[in-house]
Amino acid sequence: MWRTAMIWNNAIRLDHRIICRIVEPGARVLDLGCGNGDLLYLLAREKKARVQGIEMNESAIYECVKKGLSVFHGDIEAGLAEYPDRSFDYVILNQSLQEVKKIDGLVKEALRIGGKIIVGFPNFAFLPARLMLFFRGKAPITSSLPYRWYDTPNLRFLSVTDFRGFCREKKLRVLEAHYLGKKKETPFWPNLLARNALFVVAK
Amino acid sequence: MTSKGSVGIVKTEYFTFAEPPDELVLESERTLGPVTLAYETYGVLNRDRSNAILIAHALSGDAHAAGFHEGESTPGWWEAMIGPGKAFDTDRYFVICSNVIGGCKGSTGPSSPNPRTGKPYGLDFPVITIADMVEAQRHLVDHLGIEQLLCVAGGSMGGMQALQWVASHGARVRSAIPIATALKHSPQQIAFDEVVRQSIMADPAWRQGDYYGYGQPEKGLAVARMIGHITFMSDQSMEEKFSRRLRNGQYNFHFAPDFEVEGYLRNRGDNFVRRFDANSYLYITKAMDYFDLSRGRLIPDGRFPATRFLVISFKSDWLYPSYQSQDIVRELKTRQADATYCELPSTYGHDAFLLEVEEQTTLIRHFLDKTFNGYHVAHGDDLE
Repeated sequence: MWRTAMIWNNAIRLDHRIICRIVEPGARVLDLGCGNGDLLYLLAREKKARVQGIEMNESAIYECVKKGLSVFHGDIEAGLAEYPDRSFDYVILNQSLQEVKKIDGLVKEALRIGGKIIVGFPNFAFLPARLMLFFRGKAPITSSLPYRWYDTPNLRFLSVTDFRGFCREKKLRVLEAHYLGKKKETPFWPNLLARNALFVVAK
Repeated sequence: MTSKGSVGIVKTEYFTFAEPPDELVLESERTLGPVTLAYETYGVLNRDRSNAILIAHALSGDAHAAGFHEGESTPGWWEAMIGPGKAFDTDRYFVICSNVIGGCKGSTGPSSPNPRTGKPYGLDFPVITIADMVEAQRHLVDHLGIEQLLCVAGGSMGGMQALQWVASHGARVRSAIPIATALKHSPQQIAFDEVVRQSIMADPAWRQGDYYGYGQPEKGLAVARMIGHITFMSDQSMEEKFSRRLRNGQYNFHFAPDFEVEGYLRNRGDNFVRRFDANSYLYITKAMDYFDLSRGRLIPDGRFPATRFLVISFKSDWLYPSYQSQDIVRELKTRQADATYCELPSTYGHDAFLLEVEEQTTLIRHFLDKTFNGYHVAHGDDLE
C-alpha cells in the first residue's frame, strides 16, 4: 500500500525515485550529505536497505533521527577514513558533490568504502542557465541551481559533459546515467536539457 | 506530545548478592562480597521483558534518578529526562537506575562496613573499575529477570558504563546512549582527578582514609568538588551565570568571597561534604582514570555489533570534548555499527547533559522508539 501509493507518485522526488530503483533490496547504503533523510528513509522502507547518513546540518540530524535513521553529525570529507574497504554497496553523493572541496579524494574514498557510488548534481549547462548567462550576462539561477552568486553553498559548477570527462580521466566506469527533467527523465541532449544528472559509477 | 509528568513518589530498593564464598571477582583480581546495590525502577516491565532501560549515573550521582522520595521536594538527578512523556518515557519503558559500587548512596563502597572487621572499609575497600561497576549491575539485571536491555544510557561516567556494557555484554544491549563521555580518560582528565584526590588526601582529617567516626575531611573534599564544578561549566556559562558580579557590591580587601563565583563554589563545596563520602570520591575518580576501551576493545568481536548507538556531545564541553565522542564514532565506523552521533550546540559545558533537555529528548525519544518498534509508517508523528 505504502509501496504503490508513495513510490511511483510525485510525492517523492524524481531523483529519489530513480535512486530507489537502482539500489537492490537489502543493500548497505551510505548517504553523504543525507539532509533530512528523505532518501535514506525511502531506501530503508522500500528496499529494506541498511542505511547510514552523514550530515553537517544539525537540524537535519533531528529530522533524520525522527525518521528512525542513523546519521553522523560531521563533515563528509573527514568522515570516511575509518570505514573498512567495501563497507557499503552504495555510497550516495546526491546534490552534495558540488559542495565538496576535494572532489578527487572524496570520490576515491567513496569508491574504496563502497562498491558503487551514485552521484547526483545540477547540470550547469542546462539550457535556461546558458541563456541566462548568454543573454542577460548574469550567473544562472534555475530550479536546480536556485542560489544567487553570493549565497550559494555550491563550490563546483559542472555539466553532464564535465562529469563524463572526469570519469574518463579518472578511469571510472559509468554503469548508469540518468538525466532528469522537471517531472521525468529526459532522453535527448542531456547536457542541454537535463536539469540534474544521476550517475552510477564504479572503479 | 503527551503530557510530561513525574513518576511521583519513589523508593530506593536494595539487592544484595555475592555473599561469601561466591564473592564478586574484580578486575584487580581482588574479591568483594557481599555486595549491595541501591536501585530504583520506574515504569512497568512488559510481558516479554523487552522494554528495560538501564540508566547509569555520573561521578557523584545515585540511584535516585527520577521522582521524589517521600517527604522530599528535590527530585531525582535526571528528573527532566525520565518520566511519563519524557525522553526515557516511563509510560513505555521500564527504567532502572542503580548506585555504582564504590559509591556512598546505598551501594557497597568504602564507607560500608567491612564484614571482616565490622568497621567501615576505608582504604581496605578494593580499587574498583568501570567494568566492576557494570558487572555488579549485570547481577542486578539478572536478578530482575531481564535477559536483554533495550538500552543502557548515561552521561559522563554514566556514558562510560554504557560503553562498558557493550564491551562486556554486547549481546545483552540492544542500544547504548553514551553522552558527553570518552573511550578513555585523557592525561588532562586524569590530571584533574589527581588534583581532586590530592586535595582530599592532603587534608589531615582524611587520616589515610580512616576518618569514619571522626568526621569527613571536609576542607579537602570541598576543594575537590570546587575543582570539579569549574570543569563542569564553560567559560561562557560562568560569564553568563556570575560575570564579575560582587556579593556585596564592592571589594572587601580581604579573602572572604568577594565575587559571586567564589560564593557559588564554596557553597557547592560545603553542600557536597554533607552528601558525599570522601573515600568514594577517591575510588570513583580512580575507576574513571583506569577506564580505557580504545584500540578495538569497545567492540571486540569484529563487525556489525548487535548494539545500536546514539552518541551525544556538547560543543562547549571542555572536560569531555567532542573529539572524544568522535573517537567513539570512529571506533563504531571501523566496526560498521549502526550509529548516530550529534554534537549539540550548548553553552553549559559538561553540565549540559543534565541541562539540555529539549534536544536530547528529541534525539533519545526517537532513537529509542526506532530501537523498540522499528521504522514507523507515519514516521515520528506520534512522537511529536
